[in-house]
Amino acid sequence: MLRLILNRILGAIPTLFVIIGISFFMIRMAPGGPFDQERQLPEEIIANLNKVYHLDEPLYQQFGRYLWGILQGDFGPSFQYKDHTVSELIFQGFPVSLKIGGIAIVLAAIIGIFLGTIAALRQNTRVDYLIMGFSMTGITIPSFVMAPLLSLVIGVYLRLLPVGGWGDLKHMVLPIIALTLPQIAYIARLTRGSMIEVLRSNYIRTAKAKGLPERVILARHALRGALLPVVSYLGPATAGIITGSVVIEKIFGIPGIGRFFVLGALNRDYTLVMGVVVFYGIIIILFNLIVDILYGILDPKVRYE
Amino acid sequence: MENIPQGRSLWADARKRLFSNRAAFVALIVLSMITILSIFGPLLSPHAFDSIDWDFVGSPPNFEKGFPFGTDAVGRDLFVRTMYGARISLMVAVVASLVSLIIGVTYGSISGFIGGRTDSYMMRFVDVFYSLPFMFFVILLMVFFGRKIYLVFLAIGAVEWLDMARIVRGQTLSLKRKEFVEAAVAGGLTKWQIIRKHIIPNTLGSVAVFLTLTVPKVILLESFLSFLGLGIQEPMTSWGVLISEGADQMETAWWSLLFPATFLATTLFCFNYIGDGLRDALDPKDR
Amino acid sequence: MSENMKTPILSVVDLKTTFLTNDGPVEAVHNVSFDIFESEVLGFVGESGAGKSQVFMSIMGILASNGRASGSALFKGEEILNLPLEKLNKIRGHHLSMIFQDPMTSLNPYLTISKQMSEVLVYHKGLSWSDAEKKSLEMLDCVKIPEAKMRLKSYPHELSGGMRQRVMIAMSLLCEPDILIADEPTTALDVTVQAQILDLMLELKKDFKTAIIMITHDLGVVAQICDRVHVMYGGRIVEKGDVNDIFYNPFHPYTQGLLNSTPRMDQNVQESLVAIPGNPPSLGQLSKGCSFQDRCDFCMPKCLEERPDLKITTSGGLAACHLI
Repeated sequence: MLRLILNRILGAIPTLFVIIGISFFMIRMAPGGPFDQERQLPEEIIANLNKVYHLDEPLYQQFGRYLWGILQGDFGPSFQYKDHTVSELIFQGFPVSLKIGGIAIVLAAIIGIFLGTIAALRQNTRVDYLIMGFSMTGITIPSFVMAPLLSLVIGVYLRLLPVGGWGDLKHMVLPIIALTLPQIAYIARLTRGSMIEVLRSNYIRTAKAKGLPERVILARHALRGALLPVVSYLGPATAGIITGSVVIEKIFGIPGIGRFFVLGALNRDYTLVMGVVVFYGIIIILFNLIVDILYGILDPKVRYE
Repeated sequence: MENIPQGRSLWADARKRLFSNRAAFVALIVLSMITILSIFGPLLSPHAFDSIDWDFVGSPPNFEKGFPFGTDAVGRDLFVRTMYGARISLMVAVVASLVSLIIGVTYGSISGFIGGRTDSYMMRFVDVFYSLPFMFFVILLMVFFGRKIYLVFLAIGAVEWLDMARIVRGQTLSLKRKEFVEAAVAGGLTKWQIIRKHIIPNTLGSVAVFLTLTVPKVILLESFLSFLGLGIQEPMTSWGVLISEGADQMETAWWSLLFPATFLATTLFCFNYIGDGLRDALDPKDR
Repeated sequence: MSENMKTPILSVVDLKTTFLTNDGPVEAVHNVSFDIFESEVLGFVGESGAGKSQVFMSIMGILASNGRASGSALFKGEEILNLPLEKLNKIRGHHLSMIFQDPMTSLNPYLTISKQMSEVLVYHKGLSWSDAEKKSLEMLDCVKIPEAKMRLKSYPHELSGGMRQRVMIAMSLLCEPDILIADEPTTALDVTVQAQILDLMLELKKDFKTAIIMITHDLGVVAQICDRVHVMYGGRIVEKGDVNDIFYNPFHPYTQGLLNSTPRMDQNVQESLVAIPGNPPSLGQLSKGCSFQDRCDFCMPKCLEERPDLKITTSGGLAACHLI
């Protein structure tokens, strides 16, 4: 088990390195520097700025400097928000994004697994068709369509919940719904498929022949095997929720990382955008690591390899 | 003996089953209608996609004046703009899917066919890329290299090939052990000839399914970028741009959100149902 | 052992099993009737698709979801066919247990052997988990698993195929059932392991006084352990008899064909094996008359018209053939 964890951690390092590398060199290959603006700055000022930001050093030196900074949690200064470092901005937005994203992923897993299991047990009945229809809708309608529609109906017409802002629990409801729906839908579909397969398997037949009650067969024998694909999907689900949060935070005006990211991207705030990408990358890698370990705990075959 | 079932070709059989799947069949018809409408619709309208009518700024749907979907906040016809959005989305779908198809099939079949160490290195490369947050790299690309249409195509295609490569590789690995490939090797065909003539044609079934499921993802990705303002730029438009504008004005002008959102959602639905239908049709064990 | 001497433990009458498929209903089992008595070994022989497994899947309530069974199965005088699940669960796994062909996939890969065995005792006998584990350990010793204590903590993938089948047998005997149904228990195993498993089953039969139903296509297995044999063809029982009668004096042409296609130790090596021509009938489209007509050397006009019933043969068995 310990070896598995160490192995996975070692495996994650090159991925992280690639993320940092790609984003760093992409920035340097981009046409025009960060100080190319509509208004032409005087030569000396640009030279001065380049010096302050170490843009006059050779590339490998800059890369090393950047890498060293990240190891210490320093993503450099923001070009746009002159008095803040990128790290400050990220850690200002992170608690907010984490709250929404964390709740979203937990809800998605619980509700999705529940719905998928019911659909599998009632395969080809009306309940199944209803859940799968809902699931197809959730997968198909993107969050940036779902979010405005939700706020239009629930916020504007019914006036039940605020359509924007941040602070209270009531501000969190709509964003979380918009963020979880596609994931619930996907997880439900995944659970249904794997549950149906497991229920047809020989070891479930054995369990039935042993005369065990249905709920024991489901909880002890079927659920674990059926959940393995769901567990491995949790990695991509995190990436999906992070991506979704970028849009959701923009639509509902939530002060999370996603909003800084969009603003940074529109304003060509290179260091901010890069910092956020690297930060997101680290989170996704971290989550994949947790998923791998969880998988190892659930599947004895992986555990002893 | 008349009892023995007739042998049918995989594709004829699949087509029959696809057409007997009601959801997939309806989806196919709806999608064709949207495509035709997007090509010919703008020709029927008296308005151009970027012409501004100052008398009808933010007008609700008005059939007499030729604004069936209403106008946007600066008085441009939303019907024509929605149809232009459809063109962009479908074009992105075709081009980006083709890019992913070409890269994915080539990469996957080579990796699977050569096998051994080359294969494991090539797949390790895919694995590393797979775990990257790709959406953000596309955004980086847009930020650093400017928001150009062909870059959107290229970036999206370059992202989506990874899955394709994995699938084709898996298929190739199992095909490689089949007798007809061994026969081809014994017959003295070169590796590249075998890949082209024997491997790739036999992976087409799963590739077709996967391609139909890639298309909605690609459309979604483009809309997502455009929604954030990082994709298609004014005055050209796409569904993502229109939905973004519509969402800003939904409290006063519901039509500006409703029409593009409906078209986007319908198109995505269609592709998903066709993909599902195609998968069931090509995978007889799931009947 | 004659059939009217004792009361049977399990008595099946007119069992019919139908699968509802997209191409219409398929009858896998037609009007099958048989009895099984205390501590005997009854063999069910036939080609794959003859319906022999489906008979017992119907009785155990583990048919695929599109399968329907009708008729009657009396266990100690009580109807158990199509019982509601709660009542059926009191009987299967407790008084009637079953083991399957593929020991690789029949055990749950995610649970330890201990858990999978103990749960049977916990549910049927109301034992505590720790007592159940002790009993499971004893049972593993009974089926001669070395280092049984260690094996309890293992997962199925850590055991060999033969070991797993031993575990399955141990698990099925935990509640000391009246009948053990063994569905091709040795087919997936190596020949040497097969012999060991069969020996083990015979030994356990003596110790536990369990009746065994041995479903197999292998006449060698039948010869080794069965007391009586039922031969199935096309979803029907075509011949019933004591094992010696079936081997030395078979009446039904199908049974004869089956024997001629099997190598025997007491036969001249020069004699070649004869395969039965043709294929088993596909179950969806059974014609009228005898189901063996297409492949039978003795086919008469009557065989095309009228389905033969089981009739008493000169050796005291039963066979369904117009020749008798």
